[in-house]
Amino acid sequence: MTDPTIKPLTMNFGPQHPAAHGVLRLVLEMDGEVIERADPHIGLLHRGTEKLIEHKTYLQALPYFDRLDYVSPMNQEHAFALAIEKMLQVEVPRRAQFIRVLYCEIGRILNHLLNLTTFAIDVGAMTPLLWGFEEREHLMEFYERASGARLHAAYFRPGGVHQDLPDGLLADIDAWADRFPAFINDMEGLLTENRIFKQRTVDIGVVTLDEALDLGFTGPCIRASGLPWDLRKTQPYDVYDELEFDIPTGKTGDCYARYLVRVEEMRQSIKIIRQCIEMMPSGPVMAEDHKITPPRRDDMKTSMEALIHHFKLYTEGFHVPAGSTYTAVEAPKGEFGVFLVADGSNKPYRCKLRAPGFYFMASMDQLSRGHMLADSVAILGSLDVVFGEIDR
Amino acid sequence: MSSLVAAARSFLLLEIIKGLGLTLKYLFKPKATLNYPYEKGFISPRFRGEHALRRYPNGEERCITCKLCEAICPAQAITIESEPRPDGSRRTTRYDIDMTKCIYCGFCQEACPVDAIVEGPNFEFATETREELYYDKEKLLSNGDRWETEIARNLAADARYR
Repeated sequence: MTDPTIKPLTMNFGPQHPAAHGVLRLVLEMDGEVIERADPHIGLLHRGTEKLIEHKTYLQALPYFDRLDYVSPMNQEHAFALAIEKMLQVEVPRRAQFIRVLYCEIGRILNHLLNLTTFAIDVGAMTPLLWGFEEREHLMEFYERASGARLHAAYFRPGGVHQDLPDGLLADIDAWADRFPAFINDMEGLLTENRIFKQRTVDIGVVTLDEALDLGFTGPCIRASGLPWDLRKTQPYDVYDELEFDIPTGKTGDCYARYLVRVEEMRQSIKIIRQCIEMMPSGPVMAEDHKITPPRRDDMKTSMEALIHHFKLYTEGFHVPAGSTYTAVEAPKGEFGVFLVADGSNKPYRCKLRAPGFYFMASMDQLSRGHMLADSVAILGSLDVVFGEIDR
Repeated sequence: MSSLVAAARSFLLLEIIKGLGLTLKYLFKPKATLNYPYEKGFISPRFRGEHALRRYPNGEERCITCKLCEAICPAQAITIESEPRPDGSRRTTRYDIDMTKCIYCGFCQEACPVDAIVEGPNFEFATETREELYYDKEKLLSNGDRWETEIARNLAADARYR
């Protein structure tokens, strides 16, 4: 007699599927159309970032952080810069702190725009993506005008930011911030009340607050479950404690709540951007300690001491006193942390990165069990994963 | 009453019709796309594109083989060799950039004390083979000659921020 039980169908979702948000291979065990088990296979984008950082000076390691979560590069750099500054005990000039916060919030909007609109396309709405990318284009232009690159900025440096903002940029960002809420309203007009969107997202992938805490959720995903947990409020860094903004929370913890939290976070980011522009002080954008930060080019070409500092910094780099730190920032996706161990040399001894997306990915099985196949796409989209940071 | 309103709203497809109206409104907005090879996007003076080696106005190459760019390059894409020239000055005999390794971080142009290596405004240097992207000194100098006007303008525009 043969065994009469039918083996569940095992199927691959990805790694080449456009809704897999990168290179995720999700092995699904299906009972008909219902998911019995979801097994995410990661590592297809592994580049060994943590190990590579051990072989680079602190400055050389910085561009790697752009390439983790490549949707909001500067937020990652921020964590690394803050970690180094904490070890070196450098004071960052106020203008640099405001510029950093300004660009972190621009990064948050960049990230949420990409996530919300691709989430919408995953559940069948194409138009928001086309509109959203037009807005992202403006933001990437702001990135480019400040740093010289649209994506891989390498702009936040230990001790401040690389260059001051060019004239007129703040006015342009301000003008954009005036226009942008109208776009959020338009995007919400297509999605928030739309019955198709709601049918695909409401009560899908529900995470209760206890589950979210157990799963190590941070960022919009835990706020959607009802906990107003935000590192910008709970342990403010740079000038976040001087700025006024609210932490939106959801009630249900489903895909729809995560969508709503992100939409509201974009509005709050606009509020922060406006305040930053208003309060932007003048002054230097880099710490003046030239054992750590390179001197200005004019000085380098005229002063012998500055030239020596310049050569030292661009060959050997600076030494960080022995010790360790865990420094975390509220990246758009959640808590992005850098655990940095220094041994007193010019290179990190160990640099462990805590990527928020990794914990979301680990919850895929729990969240998608018992849902239909099409819901796994909605859950994945609402969790906001980027494989650059998960695979590192 | 409220359930009646909700039912009517649901039956009349109100939110769908509103959404369609919104997309119709966007149809008459000016288009955001560019006709690419003929129209190009905005690029700031800080843009980090294709590398170039510059010369002084008298035609002498700027690079003095200090090898700072080679030392700072996180991707180790730069290789430099040098020998003193017959006139006694030190210049490179080999200056290679592997453009397939380069990550366009801009550290080389930051490190360069004589503004010799720069990342210019050119972003259209795709090739059909990998080998063409292994740039040597000759290629980099010819880039510098071709883009000198733009590079000098951009450096001047950005000078007070550096």
